[in-house]
Amino acid sequence: MSARALLELRPEGLWSPAARVHLDPHRPVDRAVVTHGHGDHCRPGHRALLATPETLAIAEARYGAKAFGALQPLAPGEPIRLHDATLTLVPAGHVLGSAQVVIEAGGRRAVVSGDYKRAPDPTCAPFEPVRCDLFVTEATFGLPVFRHPPAADEVARLLASLAANPDRCHAVGVYALGKAQRLIAELRRAGHDRTIYLHGGLVRLCTVYERLGVPLGPLEQIRGRDQPLRGEIVLAPPSALADRWARRLPDALICAASGWMQVRQRAKQRGVELPLVISDHADWPDLQRTILETGAETVWVTHGAEEALCHWCAGQGIDAQPLALAGRGEEETQ
Amino acid sequence: MRRFAELLERLVFTPQRNGKLRLLEAHFAATPDPDRGWALAALAGTLELPNLTPSLIRGLVEERTDPVLFRLSYDFVGDLAETVSLIWPAPETPPAPPPGLAETVEALSAATRSTRPAVLADLFDRLDPSARFAVIKLCTGGLRVGVSARLAKQALANRFGRPIERIEELWFALEPPYEDLFAWLEGGEEPAADLALAFRPMMLANPIEDHQFPDLEAADFAAETKWDGIRVQAVATPAGRRLYSRTGEDVGPAFPDVLEAMDWEGCVDGELLVVKHGETRPFSELQRRLGRKTVSARMLAELPAHVRAYDLLHDGAEDLRPLPYAERRERLAAWRDRWRPSRLDLSQELTFEGWDELAAIREASREAGEEGLMLKRRDSPYLAGRPVGPWWKWKRAPLTADCVLMYAQRGHGKRSSFYSDFTFGAWEEGPDGPSLAPVGKAYSGYTDEELVKLDRWVRANMTERYGPVRAVAPELVLEVAFDALQPSTRHRSGVAMRFPRIKRIRWDKPAAEAERLATLRALAGLG
Repeated sequence: MSARALLELRPEGLWSPAARVHLDPHRPVDRAVVTHGHGDHCRPGHRALLATPETLAIAEARYGAKAFGALQPLAPGEPIRLHDATLTLVPAGHVLGSAQVVIEAGGRRAVVSGDYKRAPDPTCAPFEPVRCDLFVTEATFGLPVFRHPPAADEVARLLASLAANPDRCHAVGVYALGKAQRLIAELRRAGHDRTIYLHGGLVRLCTVYERLGVPLGPLEQIRGRDQPLRGEIVLAPPSALADRWARRLPDALICAASGWMQVRQRAKQRGVELPLVISDHADWPDLQRTILETGAETVWVTHGAEEALCHWCAGQGIDAQPLALAGRGEEETQ
Repeated sequence: MRRFAELLERLVFTPQRNGKLRLLEAHFAATPDPDRGWALAALAGTLELPNLTPSLIRGLVEERTDPVLFRLSYDFVGDLAETVSLIWPAPETPPAPPPGLAETVEALSAATRSTRPAVLADLFDRLDPSARFAVIKLCTGGLRVGVSARLAKQALANRFGRPIERIEELWFALEPPYEDLFAWLEGGEEPAADLALAFRPMMLANPIEDHQFPDLEAADFAAETKWDGIRVQAVATPAGRRLYSRTGEDVGPAFPDVLEAMDWEGCVDGELLVVKHGETRPFSELQRRLGRKTVSARMLAELPAHVRAYDLLHDGAEDLRPLPYAERRERLAAWRDRWRPSRLDLSQELTFEGWDELAAIREASREAGEEGLMLKRRDSPYLAGRPVGPWWKWKRAPLTADCVLMYAQRGHGKRSSFYSDFTFGAWEEGPDGPSLAPVGKAYSGYTDEELVKLDRWVRANMTERYGPVRAVAPELVLEVAFDALQPSTRHRSGVAMRFPRIKRIRWDKPAAEAERLATLRALAGLG
């Protein structure tokens, strides 16, 4: 059988005929396997949902216990039999609980990576490359202009700015799932042990992380206008910082932690004063390295700069094609 | 180079003047010579490097990257300098450690036309993306980080506690990398300089309010027209000629016609204007001649520049600044009679009996190139800075128009959560009935309270979004004040406002009763 037969593109998303499951479907289905908890991969309404225990905990925290029919946890590295296929989850290094889905059938192996990164992240298990015939990769930062610097360097810039502007509140725009907790953990590693203040929308997922064994240190939710926030770090969703919510912050220095911050014009457009290039996605060299490490002869490229990555694959003699999945990439481009 | 690149990056993203000053002060304090001097030169626009064309830079990167990947990257990033600095494939091990700013400047200055690509490639190989970007900006002119020469000097004055006037005075005699300047700033000897050709820090006027007049004696003051050009200081000695702007920047190269006519000796304070066939032209025509490195013969003929003198600081080698204003004016007239300069005339003193008569004169002065009146105490010496009392500017009452709010955009810094930049329009009759044509944009004039109300109104009435811009329902009338209305080919409406600001929010006025475009066009002298 051809490796391509392991996966089909259906209106709901990717489908494995051998395992009879959908992978990260964007519409409610009977049986879904989900790579991680971001909204463009994990949507509510599936009758059965299989994912890592961490991803299930995140999905419940985001959508409530009634959003799914049945929840089936599967620990990384433990294969299970689904109809004619064997399915295994393998860490993807993107956010807590994120996993690649490995499907084996008819002597062939396909890997759906979901979103992934290769840079170290203190809040989740590192990516493990899996040899396969068909590799489905993301390409959020699939252009050679994207080379993410070490997160520790960017955190050092944030702390240097805090030291140079002790009268200003440093408000960092972060996504609620993953980026917020990673930034907190990186700040702790750099020795910043002061209370970090949170927009209400970030609190629940931080609690989930801590419950799942990721220590984040002293955190406090922002309420009203009475907390002494000068010289402190505040985390909030980017949309809140660009809007009225930010008016409560004293003399806020607006920062943003995102891979897009590499492009000045994007940072300028968003009114960011201190752009921090911290990304939970693979950069260009890591996308290349990962594709080569999988040894896949066929690569399907999802959300992002598919054209550039497919062009590069063709130059390597790898058969690559873009996979048009609806609704992807919203997490990072909102 | 790393440190300089970091400074540029922080400056780009720091909108507030004070924030920029803080960054500059820290940089000048912490960076050793000669790097900080080269940084100062780059910021103040005195660093002359061989110009690199975009095609040279592009050619360099295209030799080293896949053309398809380069094109896709350029399409995404949208800026050549940034694309090149990010995509540059640096070797695993750089050929040498990263160069400092001084080494970078030296390497680029020493490069010949034929060695330039290799020199640049070597620098790129040794630098990180943000430093590569800084190199490209240094060589393609214009750092575009929102720092003027004046602001850089202000940072020096703040950090080292020296008067900015003295820094400006000495400036013309100093050269990059300014080691003698920094030595003086840090407590050493003042750099020796022949100041004959130097910029003399200017005396500036304060705006006067109506309620202040009863306390002032009309007879103590001389009055003249406030010209709507740019303030200049023209200095000529046997050693050379200089034309300085208000902040001491040398604007001479853009005005060779003025320089050529300066066949006299002295230092004149006056207004630079375009005067054609004896007629003073509007500011918009002068604007076309600003900021040019070379001026075409056609432009010189079409837009002849001219100095309208109102003060004489030096007569030959004699310093007149300690003399009273009235005496300096007499010396100016005598000086003019002696030298008979071309492209230079005197700003006429206005005769008046009392403030009422002067107020009438001011209201009548609506000619092109006039902004109102200047009042100068007859007994005042020429003092640097903006002393309160001796000189007043009395701008004529602004013009106003009731316009309709069309678009709003969020501001920066403290205003980043407020819709604070407003584009407004006037009604234009079309075949499908009246529609709005944008006539200007304002982001000042309102109080903090009014801003909160405007922001709330915008949020409640937005109809469409174009990137960061929000279109709103055409229902709110703003009374806009402006100093002049000029014809413009850059705006669809055909008119451009000078210094528009929001004077009042006309919550009460129906939008349909707002200004007609035809009225504004007539005001700008268009049919």
